[in-house]
Amino acid sequence: MNTLTLNGKNISFEPGQSILEAARTHGVVIPTLCHLQAADHKGVCRICVVEVQGADRLLPACATPAGDGMVVETHSSKVVQERKMLLELLVASGDHNCLFCESNGDCKLQSLVYEYGIKNVARKSDYVPRPIDDVTPMIQRDFNKCVLCGRCVAACNDVQVNNAIPYPFGRREDKPPVTGWLPVADYDRCVHCGECVQACPVGALLEKKALGKAMTWQTQKVRTTCPYCGVGCQLWLHVKDNQVVKVTGVEDALPNRGRLCVKGRFGYDFINAPDRLTTPLIKENGTFREASWDEALDLVAARFSELKAAHGPQSLAGFTSARATNEENYLMQKLVRTGFGTNNIDHCARL
Amino acid sequence: MAGLAVSLGSGAMTNSIAEMEDAEVFIVIGSNTTIAHPVLATFVKQGVVRNGAKLIVIDPRRIPLVDQSTIWLRQRPGTDIALINGLMHTIIKENLANTAFIAERCENFEEMRKVVETYTPERVEKITGIPAGDLIKAARLYGQANKAMILYTMGITQHTHGTDNVKSLANLAMLTGNFGRPSTGVNPLRGQNNVQGACDMGGLPNVLPGYQPVINETVRAKFEALWKAPLDAKVGMTLTEAMAAAADGRIKGVFIMGENPVISDADTHHVLAALKNLDFLVVQDIFLTETAALADVVLPAACFAEKDGTFSNTERRVQRVRKAVESPGQALADWQILTALANRMGLNWEYESPQAIFEEIAAVTPSYGGITYDRLENETLQWPCPNAGHPGTPILHVGQFSRGKGLFSPIEHQEPFEPTDEAYPMILTTGRVLYQYHTRTMTGRCAGVNDMAPVARMEMNPADSARMQVADGEFVQVSSRRGHIDVMVEVSESVREGVVFIPFHYADASANNLTIAALDPVAKIPEYKVCAVKIEKMLQPGLPA
Repeated sequence: MNTLTLNGKNISFEPGQSILEAARTHGVVIPTLCHLQAADHKGVCRICVVEVQGADRLLPACATPAGDGMVVETHSSKVVQERKMLLELLVASGDHNCLFCESNGDCKLQSLVYEYGIKNVARKSDYVPRPIDDVTPMIQRDFNKCVLCGRCVAACNDVQVNNAIPYPFGRREDKPPVTGWLPVADYDRCVHCGECVQACPVGALLEKKALGKAMTWQTQKVRTTCPYCGVGCQLWLHVKDNQVVKVTGVEDALPNRGRLCVKGRFGYDFINAPDRLTTPLIKENGTFREASWDEALDLVAARFSELKAAHGPQSLAGFTSARATNEENYLMQKLVRTGFGTNNIDHCARL
Repeated sequence: MAGLAVSLGSGAMTNSIAEMEDAEVFIVIGSNTTIAHPVLATFVKQGVVRNGAKLIVIDPRRIPLVDQSTIWLRQRPGTDIALINGLMHTIIKENLANTAFIAERCENFEEMRKVVETYTPERVEKITGIPAGDLIKAARLYGQANKAMILYTMGITQHTHGTDNVKSLANLAMLTGNFGRPSTGVNPLRGQNNVQGACDMGGLPNVLPGYQPVINETVRAKFEALWKAPLDAKVGMTLTEAMAAAADGRIKGVFIMGENPVISDADTHHVLAALKNLDFLVVQDIFLTETAALADVVLPAACFAEKDGTFSNTERRVQRVRKAVESPGQALADWQILTALANRMGLNWEYESPQAIFEEIAAVTPSYGGITYDRLENETLQWPCPNAGHPGTPILHVGQFSRGKGLFSPIEHQEPFEPTDEAYPMILTTGRVLYQYHTRTMTGRCAGVNDMAPVARMEMNPADSARMQVADGEFVQVSSRRGHIDVMVEVSESVREGVVFIPFHYADASANNLTIAALDPVAKIPEYKVCAVKIEKMLQPGLPA
């Protein structure tokens, strides 16, 4: 029987589970920052350290296998002290000012700093400002906010397998200063899927098109299905003032498990394009004029009915749409079959 | 789809995306997956790099997935049947065929075996250009695997023998018993968000919702009772046939909802002539597309973010679409427009919501019978899902094929419809780029995304560009027997000598000015993937050298 003692309670676990996974299964929250399940990425930030009886030091819960008979404390004073120290180091090692940060309200570091009561940590006195990578139209990388968790590297190489953010091999000290050990993107390989942005736990990687559009708590999230290819990725539309300001993938949902591509994540501007059709149009003498719904629909119904009467149902055809919903496709074929009176109904499945 | 329906009894993807994690071998054929289905491709790539799956890429172009491949077979465009027959020849010869599966679950094997017997690796090399050794290696990889998935898209279907291509793939998977189990099957990846749903809903000239044939009297009687209207007993015209009928005056009036055939259909000139010849054309869309510009009446529609409904994805998963924002101006959801129009034509429809329509769909479509909006709030369901307690069906053909026995089809190699000759010496093949989608009505209006690929670029092998003295970024005129376009050259090893690739998205260099409307006789799919062209250098667009 695989059991261990977690915060004084006896719990069971599956062989192969880490302490973190075992705790989660039983609803015990251990904080994480670098851990990325989909890539099996772990063991970098040490925020998840726990106290295991008999161990000579604190152990990372994400990378330590649960063991039979273990006695684990997830929030002992020793553990909390360690996490506080790690958080203070993280805050001091970057430029973390939530007042000026797009991710304010949606930041794991900010949440942990609040939860652990960290106050007034100054930036390191020898802090050298790091570059902001702003070369692509879709993604902004502000390495001053980077906590070096490696999630973006794992997301790119191990989840989307695009290999566009090289692993920072070797010791930091051996790398050229400032940029050498930062997770810099290779834009010759990058396909702008934004998996790295979604994986970033802080405000270092951002959707550039969303900058300044809305603060996290001002948006509503609506779950829907991507309008592009047939994979049917589940996505969140982030909406403010009747406008989609950002799109993210729905984590842990089939079929995409949070992943998106460049079109699904960044291809939403067309919704608010200035040249959207906003009124029915009727062509007269070769040019369009605006019309009311009543006028346009009366004309359409009358003309199709006339043609059907004059030339028979087989003189009419309808093309339905691989882009419209099931409900709309159903109605379209029903209209053609029962209204037009023909099976001349098709769509561009073949194209 | 027609090919799989003949061989197996159902035209849909047999297995599911989530199963890719456990596949031992993938064959990706005629699918530039990282470009056309980027998120799905990540599961294939993860299977290779994290789980050690073997990947066989079969494509005339050096597509990005070749980076992860175990072996890449680069066939001459349009020679897939010979290639697949060659794989089967080797599998049979090396006793890798699953004889128990064939005996128990399939029929007509002997007929097929006789044909395949003549496709020796050496003969296949002559037809396809693939070295015999590579073909044998690929056949062993696939034949020895316990669980192997075949993925394909338009590179297989967009040929005059596309249906036969698909049947050949079904042959290959049946031969090795790769059906009805997790991480196996023959899997067509659908290119548009709801192309599966449009087919499921009966947006086809031969079938009513749920693929119930219009020529079946019992089926018609059922729908006539439900819809309280008589139904036409004859199969209707496909889109391509209707275009031809419009051109010669048999079709007078057309209603197009959310499609842009002027750019997306083969042989643009033919399409333009057809639509202009109509007495009355109505186009319902979210933009004034090239097709809408030809209409007599244009109706403004809501986009996906402005309405409720469902889409059915490539793996038959029925998923909710939810309204997030209001539509602009007076634009209405397609279902609202259709209902209003139907009532003006005397049909007395009373749909008040997409949910109400879906309830009718579930009532008339057996494979959707158990799906409700309420269930979709907490579950994710793949059809067939025939009743309220049914969990949905991730894998088709378990235990038995939809048609009973899987049907082996003996298929001989056929050459493409339009061979190259002295006047038109190069092969043109078409497809997609990552940053654009279809006719660019959506992506062309998206900041950043459009900036990554704002103009059409034709891929050309360095040997060809050197011979023609064309440099990267220079313009050429590309002509076929149907038309010509000016396009920028991208010198690339991606295509082999004698082949050029042009993405079909761009209206100002529309590849479908060049393509041929020669159709597969069964599926009626045009041969977008092969036609003959000639290429001439230009000083600048519009100015020949």
